[in-house]
Amino acid sequence: MINHLIILPIVLPAIVAPFIIMVIRFHLDLQRIFSLAATVALVGITLTLLAQATTGDIQVYELGNWPAPFGIVLVLDRLSALMIALTSLLALAVLLYVIGSDWDKRGRHFHALFQFQLMGVMGAFLTGDAFNLFVFFEVLLIASYGLMIHGGGARRLRAGVQYVVYNLLGSTLFLFALGTLYAVTGTLNMADMAERVAALPADETALLRVGAILLLLVFAIKAAVLPLHFWLPLSYANAPMPVAALFAIMTKVGAYSILRMYTLVFGPELAITRGLVEDWLLPAALLTLAAGSLGILGARKIGKLVAFAAIASMGTLLIAISLFTQVATGAALYYVIHSTFATGLMFLIADLICQRRGGLIDATPPMPQNGLIASLFFAGAIALAGMPPLSGFIGKLLVMDAARDAPQAPLIWGVILIASLIAMVGFARAGSMIFWKSYEFAPEDAPTPAPTRALPFVAVFALLGALVALSVFSGPVSTYTEATAAQLFDPSAYIDAVLRRAGQ
Amino acid sequence: MELLIASAVGVLTTCGVYLMLRQRTFPVIIGLSLLSYAVNVFLFATGRLALNLPPILSDTATGYTDPLPQALVLTAIVISFGMTAVVLMIALSAYLSSRNDRIDMGVDDTYDDEQDSDPGANAEGDA
Repeated sequence: MINHLIILPIVLPAIVAPFIIMVIRFHLDLQRIFSLAATVALVGITLTLLAQATTGDIQVYELGNWPAPFGIVLVLDRLSALMIALTSLLALAVLLYVIGSDWDKRGRHFHALFQFQLMGVMGAFLTGDAFNLFVFFEVLLIASYGLMIHGGGARRLRAGVQYVVYNLLGSTLFLFALGTLYAVTGTLNMADMAERVAALPADETALLRVGAILLLLVFAIKAAVLPLHFWLPLSYANAPMPVAALFAIMTKVGAYSILRMYTLVFGPELAITRGLVEDWLLPAALLTLAAGSLGILGARKIGKLVAFAAIASMGTLLIAISLFTQVATGAALYYVIHSTFATGLMFLIADLICQRRGGLIDATPPMPQNGLIASLFFAGAIALAGMPPLSGFIGKLLVMDAARDAPQAPLIWGVILIASLIAMVGFARAGSMIFWKSYEFAPEDAPTPAPTRALPFVAVFALLGALVALSVFSGPVSTYTEATAAQLFDPSAYIDAVLRRAGQ
Repeated sequence: MELLIASAVGVLTTCGVYLMLRQRTFPVIIGLSLLSYAVNVFLFATGRLALNLPPILSDTATGYTDPLPQALVLTAIVISFGMTAVVLMIALSAYLSSRNDRIDMGVDDTYDDEQDSDPGANAEGDA
């Protein structure tokens, strides 16, 4: 019995998006209703799938009922269920914010692009086929190009050109990598590829190693790992801030792909690629964290500040991933949840600030709801810098605890701790500049308060609530992420499930 | 045959990378197209080169060529074609709105534009 629920997270946005374009393109209210309804349904579907995946079963959906190495499969294991649930929750909060703040009125087709973006992200998380992964990457990218330049403006468009060119280059590299891997293994199904790679004689693996490194480069571009991070600050800072909040999940697609490919196909115990990934990824991740923290300190605009904070949190995440141990992966998965929500939250808060006083970090008269937004910024900064009591602290603690036995432990601890300090100073500088300095202005300078809408704050508080829940329920969540890591580090169950072997 | 294909991929890639590193958007987009041509030929060759062989089952065939890379190339062609169209449109509207087709966003950019939500950013010239 095939569980058709697995394909729904892809099919639902794929139907809703063209419907929005073709039938209700001139009715913004209807677009909002359908987009919101689809996203709420998506949350329901993904949470159901998450509940199903909790049992530890790996469910496989064969498209067109073609058996695995010949047809394309979607695979629902604990990791993909976690990622799709995370995506839909973030998307719901972002969509509420966009509707509440009228961002979707500033350009056309926001909701259609938004749904296509969700389709691409969901597909990338669910697919069990390497070429299909490329296709879904393209789907999410082409939607993200449209979202990134939503609202227009010369500066945003020019940043958009850079973003598109960089990602097109990444796509080309992806194709080169897939071609190389196909030439060696003769398959594109990840489970099948894992078996054939493991069975390959050691002296025929030169091409395979090239393919593995090319693939790592592609995912590193998506995950914004130093030195391939240059696209991120400019594009995120110039994108509409709510879109940048949604893009918080896009860098995670890169991290997810690294985790998936380099535990399943090029596993840590595989002799031919040993040392290729870990030895390069860890220093790059440490540098990413350092560069992100310095960027927080040096940013002159609130958008850039949050963009660099996103880079820093990717750095922490990739440090945990690059250790490639079960404990560290469990920590990384906890940190993924935290980092997605925290980055999204901070971008939304940045938009609240930008809408009221502009994005520059300098002293201006107090904006409307100065106190409320200041408290939100404070909470978001605590989360992103990794201070107690929010989940960033727990996540960092887990990562550092997992790194304790690694030979590079002193270096990792040092970089994480110093980077946290720098990030704290950076956030404190920005916060005091934006919120406290404003009281030096005479009260009569204050602008007349604009009418306030509640919905943006609902979205922001929802994300903040998610972070609080993640901290309160860190026990159950980390139990789940540890089980996920255990599943990742035992790829034979995944391979057996996909290739329909005995025991399935 | 192998030499021809390999050198074609190599030359296309070289020219593509060279053009990618240029300063203006037009050569960069041409470079991207060349790179995508290179990757298409490369993908085609990953199923091994075979002459005059059918890709699908046939009673008279003596051998077969691998059909999968051909399907992959088709997908890759469609995607890269669409992406090139998108990047052309974005680059064109970026040029038309800023009268500047440099790919980088230098600190000395003095064109007059900012997002409406971002009134303070003009004077600052951050990049």
